[in-house]
Amino acid sequence: MLPFAADQSGTGGFEPPSIADFFPAPVLFQGTWLEFNRIMLVRLIAALVLVTFMVVVARRARLVPGRTQAAVEMILDFVRVNVVNEILGSERGRRYAAMLTTVFFGILAFNLTGAIPGLNIAGTSLIGLPVLLAVWAYVTYLSAGVKAQGFGGFVKSSLFPPGVPWFMYILLTPIELLQVLVIRPATLAIRLMANMVSGHLMLALCFAATQYFVVEAAPGLKVFGALTLVASLALTAFEVFVAALQAYIFVVLTAVYISLSVEAEH
Amino acid sequence: MDTSTILAAADTVSGNLATLGYGLAVIGPGIGLGILIGKTIEGMARQPEVSGQLRTTMFIGIGFVEVLGLLGLITGFLFK
Repeated sequence: MLPFAADQSGTGGFEPPSIADFFPAPVLFQGTWLEFNRIMLVRLIAALVLVTFMVVVARRARLVPGRTQAAVEMILDFVRVNVVNEILGSERGRRYAAMLTTVFFGILAFNLTGAIPGLNIAGTSLIGLPVLLAVWAYVTYLSAGVKAQGFGGFVKSSLFPPGVPWFMYILLTPIELLQVLVIRPATLAIRLMANMVSGHLMLALCFAATQYFVVEAAPGLKVFGALTLVASLALTAFEVFVAALQAYIFVVLTAVYISLSVEAEH
Repeated sequence: MDTSTILAAADTVSGNLATLGYGLAVIGPGIGLGILIGKTIEGMARQPEVSGQLRTTMFIGIGFVEVLGLLGLITGFLFK
């Protein structure tokens, strides 16, 4: 790749995507606190589209659902039945169903912008938004634990798991403390962000390679353009799948953390 | 290949060691995912009636395993 990538004709050459893609130049209010760049614009668009879509679907809700309403209801039902009821149980889960559904739809919308032509970057591919969602999950599962067992009971059940000889607590308690306070929220945020970053880099690499092979490369190399084009289309489909999968995993793990802190023994 | 070619290669081939680091970082999670998903399929084949529960548990496990590989990805960008 390297000798071909080095440009001979002097017109740009192959430009691989870099981490600079995620820090574009500001487009509005440059130099002020309200500095506004492309990714924030994408986030805003995604949020507006999601809210408008859901409001329109809810306004036109009928007893016999149309196609759009049926699709939305299917996703709502999926979160409520396959995530909330299965992990938290229908009794206890009712309180968290709204939060988990909101998080699911939000992450799905912000992830999908990564695979939409023209937007081309996931709203969750900068750490800010995943951290916000992870903090929401963090506050929810900590307060759920304190509400269900009281502060002392929650600390006891999460830091001193029962059924272990007492000297093991010297080793276990610090690990559990780190797990509950740092690792759980941090991995929630990092998993979401890193997935979207790597997805964008893969897609951008394939598109950039296609452009290079077709437009600039030597005639013998143009064939590879077809290969990278097919790969980029396949990867776009894969990104849509990953967007849904990451929304699902985030919500499932949040539900698992809530159930771990609500249950007295695990 | 004489010495000058090797030296020329050493001059032109540049990059970051983190590229190798990511390759090393995904070996563990790769094996982990293989075992995890394979065992889940095995379980589903033995007991198809609990496959829903197995699938949920598998995705939870995938979440934990996957983050290790992704940590390898972001550390490459963080610690240059």
